[in-house]
Amino acid sequence: MNLDLRIPMGLMFTFTGLILTVFGLRTNGDVALYEKSLGINANLWWGLVLLVFGMTMFLLGRRGQARLAKEPPPPVEEDEVRRGH
Amino acid sequence: MKLTSVDWLIMLLYFVFVLGIGFALKRYMKTSKDFFQAGRALPAWVCGLAFISANLGAQEVIGMGASGAKYGLETAHFYGIGAIPAMIFVGIFMMPFYYGSKARSVPEFLRLRFDEKTRALNACSFAVMTVFSSGISMYAMARLIQALHVFDGLFNALGWAPGGIFTFSIVLSAVIVLLYIFLGGLTSAIYNEVLQFFLIIAGFLPLVLLGLKNIGGWAGLKASVPVAYMHEWKGVMHANTNPMGIEIVGIGMGLGFVLGSGYWCTDFLVIQTAMASKNMESARRVPLIAAIPKMFFPFLVILPGLLAIGLPTPHTTTTVHTENGVIYHETNVVSKQVEEGRGLVPAKINPVTGQAMLDASGHPLLDYDMATPNMLLHYFPTGILGLGLTALLASFMSGMAGNVTAFNTVFTYDLYQSYIHKGGSDRHYMAVGRWATVGGILLSIATAYAAINFNNIMDTLQLVFSFVNAPLFATFLLGMFWKRATGHGAFAGLISGTAAAMLHHGLTLPIEAHTGIHGGWLTVVHHYPSDMAQNFWGAIFAFSTNFIVTVVVSLFTKPHPESELVGLVHSLTPKPPRAHNRWWKSPEALAVAILVCAVALNIFFA
Repeated sequence: MNLDLRIPMGLMFTFTGLILTVFGLRTNGDVALYEKSLGINANLWWGLVLLVFGMTMFLLGRRGQARLAKEPPPPVEEDEVRRGH
Repeated sequence: MKLTSVDWLIMLLYFVFVLGIGFALKRYMKTSKDFFQAGRALPAWVCGLAFISANLGAQEVIGMGASGAKYGLETAHFYGIGAIPAMIFVGIFMMPFYYGSKARSVPEFLRLRFDEKTRALNACSFAVMTVFSSGISMYAMARLIQALHVFDGLFNALGWAPGGIFTFSIVLSAVIVLLYIFLGGLTSAIYNEVLQFFLIIAGFLPLVLLGLKNIGGWAGLKASVPVAYMHEWKGVMHANTNPMGIEIVGIGMGLGFVLGSGYWCTDFLVIQTAMASKNMESARRVPLIAAIPKMFFPFLVILPGLLAIGLPTPHTTTTVHTENGVIYHETNVVSKQVEEGRGLVPAKINPVTGQAMLDASGHPLLDYDMATPNMLLHYFPTGILGLGLTALLASFMSGMAGNVTAFNTVFTYDLYQSYIHKGGSDRHYMAVGRWATVGGILLSIATAYAAINFNNIMDTLQLVFSFVNAPLFATFLLGMFWKRATGHGAFAGLISGTAAAMLHHGLTLPIEAHTGIHGGWLTVVHHYPSDMAQNFWGAIFAFSTNFIVTVVVSLFTKPHPESELVGLVHSLTPKPPRAHNRWWKSPEALAVAILVCAVALNIFFA
């Protein structure tokens, strides 16, 4: 398949991470909001984790896609020979 | 529950990407092989993660949390015994025949190995089951969305009647799943399953971490639940001494050998992802790659349930504090449902009387299915709550999607092409597959609505599925490893295995259950300590009956000539050529490493 999954997946997690990080930064210090998560700014920290994860995936995907484009198409499988003898 | 625009934004982002992947893949869908088999060109890791995600639907995520709250760590047997050995077995021993036979579906493999009628039987029962399963998944999702009030705010803002939430949830999920499969076929489904795999981790890992921190770490959890809940193996020698009420033979044979293997080794829902990989080496590696995260999933899906039961139960409290000489009374009202429950697991409330429902010994019945969702609501502030809910929705939808792609493949290849319209063009079958997707989803919607009107339909359906599925593994085992097994034998074995499962259910009853849907509808000759025990033993009887009948009938009927069985039976198939890898890169080495790891985990949590 010619679309490396890591590209869209990386993008999605990068955006999700960005949204959470920005929201976490803007609400940092909001005691009432983070009472639920034991006083931890869950949005900021988890947003950063997802951001790193998403960007890593995206970069790996880009490299994978580049390699895919360079390579000749994979040879047709040879395991037909196994049938019928 | 109050959702803010951040939550909606995250949910929307997910929907955009899901559909975007479908549109991006559309231009690669040129032949029916691209559509139904993902062109047989996907890398092993993608298929491997999809392999476990296909099973990680709603029933799994909610159900394992519920089971964790009900039975504790013993639930992990579904992973350690039920899944891992079977995944290793299918990867090492069975995949060479599935992939190497060039069959396009599991029923088609049965035709190559046995005969037309065995395939027809399997294809029909499988097609019916997938449609109903995806309908049940849809129904469960809509009910959960109602219970969590996810769309209530949206409906209020738009001025719509809240009665439409059920329909809205169903239509929304159906349209999205339909679109991305219609466009991108199996590739789309697999890609979205992988996306969902990571989303589940992203949504549930912080939940487990927060829950553990709150309860005081592992030691704190140990202190707040009964001892038996924290052990996987304690008291497993006898049914009365462990929470599930099942002894070691039932677990090992029933769950491990029959039910687990029957599911992971024969269900086209999961096998289809392995058959989509790019070569034999990858196909064999797919279930093994899947087994690695599977080992650690109990921490993600079972632990939230266990934590929910261990946390203190909320009670109505009044705090008094003075500010500038004025006395404030702050009352934190907790509903009866919550107060009567245990930890964060609410009690079941009788909708007529408004009182908690009691079991035979007077304890309130708990609504275990709410364990995991309640944990999400309890710990997640807005923002990350949107992520958690998206993960939940994603798991529902990809569970549905797996069923739908399995259905359209089996319908098109095994029913339409075989019995309705032979010899059509490739384009024609691809179009049929697309429309089968539409048909399958419409039938699922019908099932979901039927489930509202007939209370018992879900339990009944799942019961019937278990009758059909229980004996399956024996047929495949004999087919792949005994060259003498014949088509007549397999067919007779399947029918009698299902009959044996029904008979067993009709004659036995779990303790404290009433006759009817729980069993004993013929006459009760044996009582089991729990429904789980009944289930496992029923599977053992069905498997054994199928095995014996298949062997006996095979011995009296004419076998296939050996030349026709090359590539389908173990003893007649040349060993798969060892790729130019080092030995430690081979699937066998990976399998041994996983096995060692799984045993170590079991010993650690014994």
